[in-house]
Amino acid sequence: MKLKRNIPLIDQHDKQGFWGGKFGGSFIPETLKKPVEDLTKEFKKLRKNKKFIKKRDYYFKNYIGSPTSFIKLDNLSNHLGGAQIWAKVVSEANGGAHKIYNATVHALICKAMGKKYIVGDTGAGYAGKMLSMAAKKFGLKCKIFMGAKDIRRQKPNCDAMRKNGAEIVPVLSGSQTLVDAVSECMRYWVSNCDNTHMCVGSTVGPNIFVKICGWSTAQISRELKSQLKNEFKKIPKKIKLINCVGGGSSAYGFWSEFIDYDKKQIELVGVEAGGPKKSKLHAAPLSRNAKIGILHGAASYVCQNNEGQIQETESISAGLDYPGVSPIHCFLKDSKRARYTYATDEDALNAYQMVTKFENLNPSLEPSHAFAEAIKIAPKLSKNTIIIVNSCGDAKKDRDILKERLGKRR
Amino acid sequence: MKPSLISKTFNKTQKENRPALLTYIVAGDNTKKKSLEILKSISKYADICELGFPHNTPIADGGQIQTSAYRAIKNGIKINDVFSIANQFKKTKSDKPIILMGYYNMIYQYNENKFIDKCNKSKIDGLIVVDLPYPENKPFALKCKKKGVNFIQLVSPTTSSDRLKQIIRDSHDMVYYISMLSTTGGKLKVAPKKILERYNKIKSLNKNKNIVIGFGITEKTIKSLKKADGLVVGSAICKEITSSIKKRQNAVTNVTNIVRKLKNKIK
Ligand SMILES: Cc1ncc(COP(=O)(O)O)c(C=O)c1O
Repeated sequence: MKLKRNIPLIDQHDKQGFWGGKFGGSFIPETLKKPVEDLTKEFKKLRKNKKFIKKRDYYFKNYIGSPTSFIKLDNLSNHLGGAQIWAKVVSEANGGAHKIYNATVHALICKAMGKKYIVGDTGAGYAGKMLSMAAKKFGLKCKIFMGAKDIRRQKPNCDAMRKNGAEIVPVLSGSQTLVDAVSECMRYWVSNCDNTHMCVGSTVGPNIFVKICGWSTAQISRELKSQLKNEFKKIPKKIKLINCVGGGSSAYGFWSEFIDYDKKQIELVGVEAGGPKKSKLHAAPLSRNAKIGILHGAASYVCQNNEGQIQETESISAGLDYPGVSPIHCFLKDSKRARYTYATDEDALNAYQMVTKFENLNPSLEPSHAFAEAIKIAPKLSKNTIIIVNSCGDAKKDRDILKERLGKRR
Repeated sequence: MKPSLISKTFNKTQKENRPALLTYIVAGDNTKKKSLEILKSISKYADICELGFPHNTPIADGGQIQTSAYRAIKNGIKINDVFSIANQFKKTKSDKPIILMGYYNMIYQYNENKFIDKCNKSKIDGLIVVDLPYPENKPFALKCKKKGVNFIQLVSPTTSSDRLKQIIRDSHDMVYYISMLSTTGGKLKVAPKKILERYNKIKSLNKNKNIVIGFGITEKTIKSLKKADGLVVGSAICKEITSSIKKRQNAVTNVTNIVRKLKNKIK
């Protein structure tokens, strides 16, 4: 399996929508064929349209607040010894996470298609919060599907959604987490696709949703590339880009500009949710060798049993608690361009504590998984190695979990 | 090639000047034994029996069928049990067509070729795969045909006329028209007259194809659609199984009563 150069990864699929001949595709019910086709055509048109690009860039700058900063974590680096640790503080983006890029683009597409209703799924509540913000901004009516368990554990984001006027539809089926929210959102779209636009909250789902989301978050790496050049005059010789992977939208966005580089120069490291140390359950299909399966309209590595029933997952981080993963990450794994590993709940909590102790940074539980890997490898690496962690979410939403697991204070 | 059992069934119901009644239940709902009993009993009135192989992430099913599917999975149903239920059914009801229905991941994990072989060995007449649309399903449909298994294409109100023509052209003996934009179990939100208009348009593309209508069909609505070649009832039946279990009543008797009533409405 081989990557092409000079073509964005999101476009390296075949006619049927498969990356590497086997990941992705569009396994959708007949009813969604037409709306998916319409959306595909519209997106193809819009991404070539100068006026649309101008509009996107305008909102990225003036609404989202691009660029987010790129900072050196001196105290943490000194404490650990070894590599320099840097962070791209994507959590500075309006709303507090990278999900705002995808949400804003979807709202713009929804407007362009003349639809007044927009629906989306959410796990950590960031995708939902951002979609509710964008919907409010652009005058769209918004419904968010969210597992009942996640509604309980990510209350601050739910409060924000409601404040923005969105309706939260609690999903009570299955494990009551992200996987069920996505299913329910798709069902809703099947029934209402004539007047409603659907946003998928990550680089998952039928081919077109992977593309739109990746195209949106790619902004992160465009910023980073110029920030690297500003900081170091040219792209340094040894870089490691470490990112947590749930569906994979922030990781793809963080990496997309750097995929063509030699992996000896720029290593891409994806960190999945390993779940509680003592539990057999996890949400790490790539790093714990799940089999290929079909989930939510696409083929990818999926946590499942022999029969093809989707397996329950477990993670302290609602945003990573998903049995599947983006087909483009499966492609990056099998082509060996990226390396995938996992961090346990405990690793993430420890990393959170260490980062917040040494730095003026408050990463949510998702990027805390990425920090766990950085903390693990930094001491073994040379001073001229630049580790960059995408701090893609703010921990305000995790207030209750952190308090429960780490005690008061926070 | 000799006509399939599915074709023969439609020939018969057309001669009797009525639509075929197609019923859907989930295999293993709520036990293997029970679902076989239900199947045998309702086949007195049903012309074609659809048997769902349950999946726990069904993106096109509404609450009733989800409940049935989760119940069956919880009670331990495996894909080989589904085949064995179908096979045992066929031993006593060899002239009743049976159609398996489900999601592609189950087939993918079983292995496509093995799955189709097993269908053939278990005397399965047809197969509906909800999330394997046209034209992606063409190679799979062809494999089915070669093994004497009808691959049943779905069409919906959103299917464009170009696609419709191609799908009808490549379809086997039966095509399933989804009555409205909905998951299974939705309330019929389109006027039956409108549904039949679309149905006639599809039918006019090739009079020889048997077109059945499904989604939103209940005791209340079935009569208004009786001009179709066939009508599928699923959620209303699954709902009855759920309520029989809740009331600790005999699901076999209750479901059979419903199917008998449905049949009487379209005789
Ligand atoms: C802050 C944050 N990071 C990461 C994720 C995981 O999603 P993805 O892998 O698509 O970035 C989420 C999802 O909700 C999130 O909120």
